[in-house]
This record gives sequence, C-alpha cells and structure tokens, in this order.
Amino acid sequence: MKYLHNIGAYFIMIKDIFRKPTKWSVMKTLILKDIDDLIIGSLGIVAFIGFFVGGVVAIQTSLNISNPLIPKYLVGFATRQSIILEFAPTFISIIMAGKVGSFITSSIGTMRVTEQIDALEVMGINAINYLVFPKFIALTLYPFVISIAMFLGILGGLAACVYGGYGTLEDYVTGIQNDFIPFHMAYAFIKTMVFAFILATIPSFYGYFMKGGALEVGKASTTSFVWTSVVIILLNFLLTSLLLG
Amino acid sequence: MIEVKNLHKSFGDAHILKGISTTFDKGKTNLIIGQSGSGKTVFLKCLLGLFDYEKGSIAYDGKIFSKLSRDERTELRSEIGMVFQGSALFDSMTIAENVMFPLRMFTKQSKSEMEDRADFVLKRVNLPDAHNKMPSEASGGMQKRVAIARAIVNNPKYLFCDEPNSGLDPRTSIVIDNLIQEITDEYQITTVINSHDMNSVMEIGEKIVFLQYGLKEWEGSKDTIFRTDNEAVTSFVYSSELFKKVRRMYIEENQ
Repeated sequence: MKYLHNIGAYFIMIKDIFRKPTKWSVMKTLILKDIDDLIIGSLGIVAFIGFFVGGVVAIQTSLNISNPLIPKYLVGFATRQSIILEFAPTFISIIMAGKVGSFITSSIGTMRVTEQIDALEVMGINAINYLVFPKFIALTLYPFVISIAMFLGILGGLAACVYGGYGTLEDYVTGIQNDFIPFHMAYAFIKTMVFAFILATIPSFYGYFMKGGALEVGKASTTSFVWTSVVIILLNFLLTSLLLG
Repeated sequence: MIEVKNLHKSFGDAHILKGISTTFDKGKTNLIIGQSGSGKTVFLKCLLGLFDYEKGSIAYDGKIFSKLSRDERTELRSEIGMVFQGSALFDSMTIAENVMFPLRMFTKQSKSEMEDRADFVLKRVNLPDAHNKMPSEASGGMQKRVAIARAIVNNPKYLFCDEPNSGLDPRTSIVIDNLIQEITDEYQITTVINSHDMNSVMEIGEKIVFLQYGLKEWEGSKDTIFRTDNEAVTSFVYSSELFKKVRRMYIEENQ
C-alpha cells in the first residue's frame, strides 16, 4: 500500500514540477548552479571511471580471445560495443545515482529538515518547481557527460590495448570502426535521456517528502540510491527489449 | 486582523485542534502559548496554510483562506512574513541574498532598489555589516534577526514567528522580542508569535491565547494574565518560584 502511495505521490510531484513556474530571473541562476553541481561536478569521476573501465574491458576481451581464428580487431569492436551500449549509459548512471542522486536527496532533505522548504511554501512559491525543475533542466545536459564517458572509455581501451601489448593501434582502430550501427548511438542516448529524468526526479522525491531529522536525511539518501538504481536497471531492460529486441 | 472560527484539525485518529476560535488584532503582538503537544505548532501551520484543516475557517481581513483561489492564496502569501524556529535561512545564499529573496520573487524592483531595501531592513534589525556573510557564519541571534529582516522586507501585513527565542540567551531573547514589538507597532502588522518563553509573555503579550489539549483554554493580555484564576494558565505560566513571586508582587502593587 505504501509503495502504491509513493508511486502516486511521485507522479503528482512530476506534474507539480511544471506547475506555477518560478520567475525566470531566479530560475536562471538556479539552473546554472545545478549545471555546475550536477554536470560539471561529475565530469572528473566520470572521466576517471570511463577511462579505466574502458581499459579493463579491452584487456579482458584480449585475454579471453585464445582462438587464433578470431581477428585481433575484435578487441576494439567489443570495447566499443560494451562502452556505447551498456557501460556509458547504464553503468555510469548507476554511479551517478550514488553521486548526483545522493547529493540531490541530501540537499533537498536538509532543506526540509531545516524548514527551508516550509519557508518557500509560506511565501507562496511552488517549492517543487523551485527545487526540482532546475535539476531536471541541468540533467538534460547529461548526454554530454555520457558522451565523454564513451569517448574516454574507448580511448582507455586503446591505451590499455596498445601500451599493454595486447594488440596494435591499427587493429584497435579497425575494430572500433567495424560494423558500426548508428542506431546504437540513438539507443544509447534515448536510454541516457530516460535515466537523466530518473536521476533528477527520484532523488528529489525522496528528499522532498522525507520526514524526521538529520539521521533520516542519511536514510533517505540510501533509499533514494537503491530505488534510483532499481528503476534504472528495470528501465534498461525494458528499453533494450523495446529498441533492440 | 486574522479571525479564526471553530478550527478542527486531525492527523489520522489524533484530534489535535478541537474547535479553536479567536482573533488576532492588527498592530498587536498576539502570542499563542501552551505546553508541548498542546497544538500550537499545528495551529500556526494551519494559519499559514501549510496544513489543511477539516472544519472551521480562517479569515485574513475578511478573506476566508479556504475559499481563495490558487492565485489569490499566492497573493495573500506574499503579504505574509514568517520567522521560523530554526530561522530557515537559505544555506546557499548570503545574508543579503536571503533578505532580498522575497523581493526577487515577488517584485519587479531593480537590483539597486532591492539592495537599498535590504540595507534598510538589515540596519533596522541592527545588522548593518552582515550582508556578505553566509548564514552558517552567523550566530543564532544574528540568524534570527536576518530571518526577521527577510520576513519584513516586503512590507508584510501579517508576521508569524514560531518560537523566535528558542535557543537564544536571555539578553538576545529580549532584543528579538523588542524588535518584533517595535516592528509590529511601526508598520501596524498583525503579528502572531508561537512561544514557550515566559519573558516574552510578560514583555510583549498584548494578546495571549493559551492552548491546552487542542482547545483554547484562556485568552487575555500580559496584564490580565497576572490576575487570572485559571488553574491551567497559572500552573503553566507560574511554574517557577521566580514567576510566582513576580505575580504576587504585581498583584500587591496593583491592589
């Protein structure tokens, strides 16, 4: 029953994000701040993880190719496919559920605990629009983050493959160019946009509707991470079945 | 003036407010007092429109809140200033930005006009040099004064304060009380204060509403509270020996 109530409350919150908008001059500042916090602030960790996981994918693929009939360029091909189709959009989104999601839940939750949300409501401001809409807009730039993860993942694979002695540069480049299907990029970015929406709204929901004190802010952040991850995984399955199945 | 009639509010099976009727007058500091759990905060949140109520009515200068349209409620809320118990300043903004926030949201003033107004109200609350500090750098008393400055910056008709003295030392409490009373007189605001602080009751309680178990047990002023025989009020207000003595002295002096 509680789950049904939460699902209903979540969709009502989604509707309220777009109701009674905050003055543009104020909203503009909030959006820029959230772009800085959520997008720019995540680039470092995304670049780091992207590069090294790309390297690991390339090494693992190379080590598991023992049949001499399998061409060496498969390392580049497999790295590209893994990075573009799953690692960048899905794996990075799970990491972002921890980083960005926890940040959103704890910052909104702290505002709830310290009555800052009540202060907004007393002033007649649509607090959901004021708090969630800028995050939603900031996360429309999320595909930019995922593009960087894709690029650096493939680059990391190249570095590991070539400098680790697992293959030649020519083989790797041939592999990443081989049998490229443009729709896979579309598929990856459709998933990315859906995950961006989830990353903006589920953590906001848990922050906005939390009750209690500082301890509950921590609990809400954990719950938000769990549910954001669960929804991302389920939607990943659904979208993959629909778009590629 | 705010007029409350037969206000009822429940949370599930718990009947918190059981038919409160009272009025809060313009240009007066109106205090709501009562023990913890008596329904003061719920009452204040109903007055502010943060909680819906099941029965009764709240009228702001004749306008019944529950009958107002969404836009009319927004307009009314722009006339309300609120000082929260924990100040509720926005962490990410400087003190000056906090004070200018209602102006940015509800007026079309230029930046310089807003800065001038923020200067004026910060001076009014005796914080002329705090503009660029962050709320976390300010003491509890300073934060309360900033919250008062933010509440009055847009010339509200109604000012609500939830336990404005909680967590403050006695001297700072008196400064905050006096400031609220001066502002109420100066701008002829309808001020409603939710308080536990007996000093506030004695100093600025031009009208006092005593709540017990969700009912209005007594109402009067700082003068009549000395003479009341209501046992619930006397046992709450004069629970300390000091206040018992003060009461005796007051009665003897005025006989």
